[in-house]
Amino acid sequence: MGKIFTKPRSLTDQPTHYCPGCTHGIIHRLVAETIDELGIEERTVGIAPVGCAVLAYNYFTCDFQEAAHGRAPAMATGIKRVRPDLVVFTYQGDGDLASIGMGEIVHAANRGEKFTVIFVNNAVYGMTGGQMAPTTMPGQRTTTSPLGRNVEEVGMPIKMAELLAALQTPAYITRQTVIDPKSIRRAKQAIRRAFEYQLAGRCFSLVELVSTCPTNWGMTPVEALAWARDTLLPYYQIGDFKVPE
Amino acid sequence: MGKILMKGNEAIGEAAIRAGCLNYFAYPITPQSEVAEYLAKRMPEVGGVFLQGESEVAVGYMLFGAAGAGERVFTTSSSPGISLMSEAISYIAAAQLPVVFVNIIRGGPGLGGILPSQGDYFQATKGGGHGDYHLLVLAPASVQETAEMVMMAFPLAEKYRNPVMILGDGLIGQMMEPVEFPEQLRTAPSDKSGWATSGMATRGSRQRNLVKSLFLDPEALNNQNLLLKSKYDQMRREEVRYEAYNLDGDYRVLIVSYGTMSRVCRTAVDNLKAEGLEVGLLRPQTLFPFPLEAIRAAAGGPACQAVISIEMSMGQMVEDVERAVCGIRPVHWYGKCGGDVPTPEEVMDVVRGLLDGDR
Ligand SMILES: Cc1ncc(C[n+]2csc(CCOP(=O)(O)OP(=O)(O)O)c2C)c(N)n1
Ligand code: SF4
Ligand SMILES: [Mg+2]
Repeated sequence: MGKIFTKPRSLTDQPTHYCPGCTHGIIHRLVAETIDELGIEERTVGIAPVGCAVLAYNYFTCDFQEAAHGRAPAMATGIKRVRPDLVVFTYQGDGDLASIGMGEIVHAANRGEKFTVIFVNNAVYGMTGGQMAPTTMPGQRTTTSPLGRNVEEVGMPIKMAELLAALQTPAYITRQTVIDPKSIRRAKQAIRRAFEYQLAGRCFSLVELVSTCPTNWGMTPVEALAWARDTLLPYYQIGDFKVPE
Repeated sequence: MGKILMKGNEAIGEAAIRAGCLNYFAYPITPQSEVAEYLAKRMPEVGGVFLQGESEVAVGYMLFGAAGAGERVFTTSSSPGISLMSEAISYIAAAQLPVVFVNIIRGGPGLGGILPSQGDYFQATKGGGHGDYHLLVLAPASVQETAEMVMMAFPLAEKYRNPVMILGDGLIGQMMEPVEFPEQLRTAPSDKSGWATSGMATRGSRQRNLVKSLFLDPEALNNQNLLLKSKYDQMRREEVRYEAYNLDGDYRVLIVSYGTMSRVCRTAVDNLKAEGLEVGLLRPQTLFPFPLEAIRAAAGGPACQAVISIEMSMGQMVEDVERAVCGIRPVHWYGKCGGDVPTPEEVMDVVRGLLDGDR
């Protein structure tokens, strides 16, 4: 009997530094499976963000660059413009992409840069210890919103997929989640599709993934999955927001 | 190829292409937007990449990405733009990427003005971004030298895997002069297969490459900084460049001046000679590494009574000149930085003034 389940070839053997129950690990796996299935490991360049995934390159086997906070889309632009034959993806958190890197992501999307963005939205700054992010929910307590996010003061959480889908340039923009087996399967399909659009030279592609940060949410992994389902998903709706014609 | 008449900014663009750099990312800013305008036309003709980024912040990282992937790449900007790129410059130096930056300095601080200045000396030679890094800084004084330095900058950046900056000023960018692009300065790109993220298939290797600047282990980071330092020390040994003018005779004053300002000083030196006053001029062509030993030796000239740094800034290079002279002669400063370049007459007055007590 052959093997029916194995570690993707594009993942290294190194144990990750992610907290128990963190969804970063699941998302890494989905990206690696996609790279394997498409047979693109040898021409893929990943870009690690500043955030909990800064060491993502320790877990992937392909070439990697490590970004400054928020600048991954500009770096991906640089790589893709001078080497259009390479497959390039950025892997970014919500603080990275929706706060400090808002300018870079909007303009890369609007230019229709042909790379893929894996956008991990966990509604908090994970790496720095759970500060408020632009994606933090109204009333959500974080270390810098100890009384809960006050939208009167800091506005509503930013829906990046919708914001980017409003641009007129063709793109593939979708939001998925990884909180249960069914959603993980859908997320995988979306990630694969995003890479396929890139491979076909079609368009910019971005997969937002509603994720959990049990550590900084102060929850068990199981509680965190339930909180994501009950609190995040009604606001961050799952679906394709833009698909190229 | 013969000489052609070109504006400094256009010569920069053409020189980069002739040096084999076909990738340019930039954001417009006076007084160097002509480079982008020139290359917007020219890059497509030679099959190169031209991209106007959304900001200098983004441009800095486009350069990072492109250089990290192993391609020759450069940008041009002016002072406020270089400030914005400085974050990326620190990361580029840390990740040891060969990138060429051209700063056509305008007056500062803040929005400052759009006229020539040398106010970014500190930024270029002492940092700008965070951490222990240096740029190799070349300071041309003519359109011809600008073109040559742009062409030299790429192999230098690759030799050291370090960013190189050409530090010019608005006048260098705007002025029209005859220029010739020397064939021998065209070089083949270095072998980057050991480190660039060019894709494993491209390199025919199963070994992946990583371009990064994070070293969480204190010993590893210290070692990384020692490695960078060893490159800067090698530059100090091998790359110092300067031009000596009227330094063989019994000069009584030594002027240290670079770029556009040095041209004015040269005229002043000639005029003073005609009056019977011998003045020497040392023009640093590299600002980092700085010609410390040459300046110290020149300051020690038997008839030399004083040294003066003349610069279009409020006294930046003078600190390095003091460091070079080490107290063996008095060191003075003269400068202006509103956008007017001091005239030869002003320089002559200042130099005469240094010897007044003597008369
Ligand atoms: C210029 C800069 N500012 C601030 C930081 C500090 N910092 C590191 S990670 C981070 C937030 C990351 O949050 P997110 O992007 O949501 O990623 P997560 O850790 O949640 O996956 C911040 C603010 C930095 N490294 N660089
Ligand atoms: S802090 Fe949060 S996002 Fe970071 S590894 Fe831990 S659980 Fe995951
Ligand atoms: Mg986050």
